[in-house]
Amino acid sequence: MKDLLFGTARTAALACFAALIAVPAAAQELNLYTTREPGLIQPLIESFTKSSGIKVNTIFVKDGLPERLAAEGAKSPADVLMAVDFGNLTDLVEKGLTQPVKSAALEEAVPANLRGKDGKWFALSLRARVLYAEKDLGLSTVTYEQLADPKWKGKICSRSGQHPYNTALVAAFIAHHGEAKAEAWLRGVKANLARKATGGDRDVARDIMGGICDIGLGNSYYVGLMRSGRGGDEQARWGAAITVILPSFEGGGTHVNVSGAAVAKNAPNRAAAVRFLEYLVSPDAQKIYAEANFEFPVRQGATIHPIIAALGTLKVDPVQIADIARHRVTASKLIDKVGFDN
Amino acid sequence: MEAPWLFASGVVTFFVLAPVAALAVTATGGSPELWQHLFAYVLPVAARDTIILLLGVGLVAGVVGTGSAWLVTAYDFPGRRTFTWALLLPLAVPTYIVAYAYLDVLHPVGPVQSALRALLGFDSPRQFRLPDVRSMTGCILLLGFVLYPYVYLTTRAMFLMQASNLLDVARTLGAGRGAVFFRVALPLARPAIAVGVSLALMEALNDIGAAEFLGVRTLTVSIYTTWVTRSDLPGAAQIAIAMLALVVGIVLVEQWARRRRRYANDAQGPRPMVPHRLFGIRAAAACCLALVPVVLGFLVPASYLVGESVDRVRFAGVSPALVTETWNTVALSLLATVLTVTCALVVVYAVRVTRTRAPAMLARAASIGYAIPGSVLAIGILPVAIGADRMIDAVWVPIAGASVGLLVLGSGAALLYAYLVRFLAIAAGGIESGLSRVSPSLDEAARTLGDGAIRRLRRIHLPLTRPALLSAALLVFVDCMKELPATLLLRPVGFETLATHLYAEAARGTYEDAALAALLIVLGGLVPVVILARVDQAVG
Repeated sequence: MKDLLFGTARTAALACFAALIAVPAAAQELNLYTTREPGLIQPLIESFTKSSGIKVNTIFVKDGLPERLAAEGAKSPADVLMAVDFGNLTDLVEKGLTQPVKSAALEEAVPANLRGKDGKWFALSLRARVLYAEKDLGLSTVTYEQLADPKWKGKICSRSGQHPYNTALVAAFIAHHGEAKAEAWLRGVKANLARKATGGDRDVARDIMGGICDIGLGNSYYVGLMRSGRGGDEQARWGAAITVILPSFEGGGTHVNVSGAAVAKNAPNRAAAVRFLEYLVSPDAQKIYAEANFEFPVRQGATIHPIIAALGTLKVDPVQIADIARHRVTASKLIDKVGFDN
Repeated sequence: MEAPWLFASGVVTFFVLAPVAALAVTATGGSPELWQHLFAYVLPVAARDTIILLLGVGLVAGVVGTGSAWLVTAYDFPGRRTFTWALLLPLAVPTYIVAYAYLDVLHPVGPVQSALRALLGFDSPRQFRLPDVRSMTGCILLLGFVLYPYVYLTTRAMFLMQASNLLDVARTLGAGRGAVFFRVALPLARPAIAVGVSLALMEALNDIGAAEFLGVRTLTVSIYTTWVTRSDLPGAAQIAIAMLALVVGIVLVEQWARRRRRYANDAQGPRPMVPHRLFGIRAAAACCLALVPVVLGFLVPASYLVGESVDRVRFAGVSPALVTETWNTVALSLLATVLTVTCALVVVYAVRVTRTRAPAMLARAASIGYAIPGSVLAIGILPVAIGADRMIDAVWVPIAGASVGLLVLGSGAALLYAYLVRFLAIAAGGIESGLSRVSPSLDEAARTLGDGAIRRLRRIHLPLTRPALLSAALLVFVDCMKELPATLLLRPVGFETLATHLYAEAARGTYEDAALAALLIVLGGLVPVVILARVDQAVG
């Protein structure tokens, strides 16, 4: 009885509220759930809609995307899931929230090591974890391992160790050298920090300019955002205040992470979803990734933005993505253990 | 006569507790390994930092809030009327925006330090710079000066309603103004201060934006790491519930400590205090003193936002989506405010009508949603909202032959629900402290004259507690406008509010692009502040 009462009251309230906002109708449409900031994918969506006539409804969710999808279950309107970082992508796959996709276009464009088994996810773009350094330092090469060198004491800035970009790097370190060495390295880096591990990658550049530290890790595309002046004059100055070096692991290459997408398990518009994914790896879309977002395109031979190309030739670390994903939780625990963020 | 109130109160409480119960169920799925890890490496620091932060913020917000409330009620000086509402302004600015603004303004390459260097003759920040804002001290000061209005609002309402004859008696007996404040006004205002400080502290505890941005690792940040980085939702739910137990414990202790006190006025009603007029240097000093929190908590971040917005509009123009987002934000917040204040009134008034223990316990229980971080609460809401959708379908499908889909989640009703659960405590706290000042003898008199509960509410309690009701509504409205984590997770596809727009920009580090949205949130928050000020002046 109580339930019934509530049901009625609720439905009435809902009807009122539903009138206030538009509920997407089911024509040639596509629902995109993304943890990627909408500003970064907007140009891609607009171009896709223009060429295909399919309208894309977006919801940007930061944390809790898997939880929301799982709760929505079979009735979920989600067609395409988009995320940044391997960890987040493999997490979606492991929780059974994606479905396999067989597509010649996708398999041709995306190298085998940058997509999930059975096409349960696909990388769309790459970003490298690079070193921002004070200009007058005259630094030209550096390894990730060297960041623990005591000569950098009080000279390193970093964002939170628990940020996915950093946990992925630590996971890659574990894949290279094992857990014990990774812990010792983290302790070394922690001891070298000039300030609390917080903020974003661009804060590293600003803090180097502000004299708080000399070096710090940041993603490659922020260099493009800052130096292109797209974030305003102030950021252009931050970008100009640093030298950018592509570091590597000893005996390896530069650590990269991905942004990627998958078709949702219960996608109501599956065909449109696959079409969207295929569009995202097409030469046109890959060009937008490079030009609008300053990322490395996932498609071989696609052009790279001049600002990013000027950073040097990227030699991607050969460690398998599956390995990095596997060590992610261990990496996060190690970061707690050494008190990196304290 | 009393049963309907008890029932209604029970219904509200049921809905508020449902997501908490869902979280508890989630928590049972965790592994004990987590706690070993937490006890060894996380909790010592997180617990210490959380306690320091709460003590610091409580102290700053309590002193600034109570002090400024007393200043503008007990004294008269030029600008006092303006200050009575201006002191509320920091409420309109979300903490994460304040944190960003201060970091930018006080950064070594920002305007303040650049000017200082020019003045002192240094040409590089490598030669001279001030301590970093990203520290515990920075975080305490910042949160304290932004959250003090919670204390100011509740305490000032109390001072206004306080029987001035008590204060007059104290004066007649030879107590100085200071003594009157410390020995009469302050102890009498304790319930209000307690409510205000606990609201401020819960805001501080659940704050993820500002604290994380300034590098302070609180328990809330640990919940986040466990959940998001290690995909351990049961573990995160366990920490959230442990933290909830802690908060409930603290609230209970505070209530136990004042269990024997009664704060009701006599039936004649309070005669408002006549402020003491200040002249000359004393008036100027009072003015400056009242100006400090307004400048630090509002004027600095707000003028920063105006400056950034102007720059941005020149650089990139105005996004047309902002209009829709503003409408969405205001409509949603208004609906949520009406819903929340109504439910709070039901819960609080049930206690008064029945005067038994059960509704009082329900009222306590209904307030715990505020002690759960918004993002975690959202996770608890998900299964409840989806469950409601299943029930709707169970009724609907046999009738119409088709599913309505995810109605609760898809219509935004889940958002209203989340705001209700989260902010009921604010509304209930405000209404409760207002009602506590209305003498029960008024109820009894009306009862003797044959007035029912509804009639008493309409003719006695609502008019007498109007300022308290309005300030409760104001707080809820502004909080709904600022709410981010639950909004982000529970909103329908394609539905954006100012806060989600702001976050989307901030998340990719383009805070500047968010300046206009931030400014609109602040402006939206100003409207109820102004309304409140007008009502206030009409009242006295």
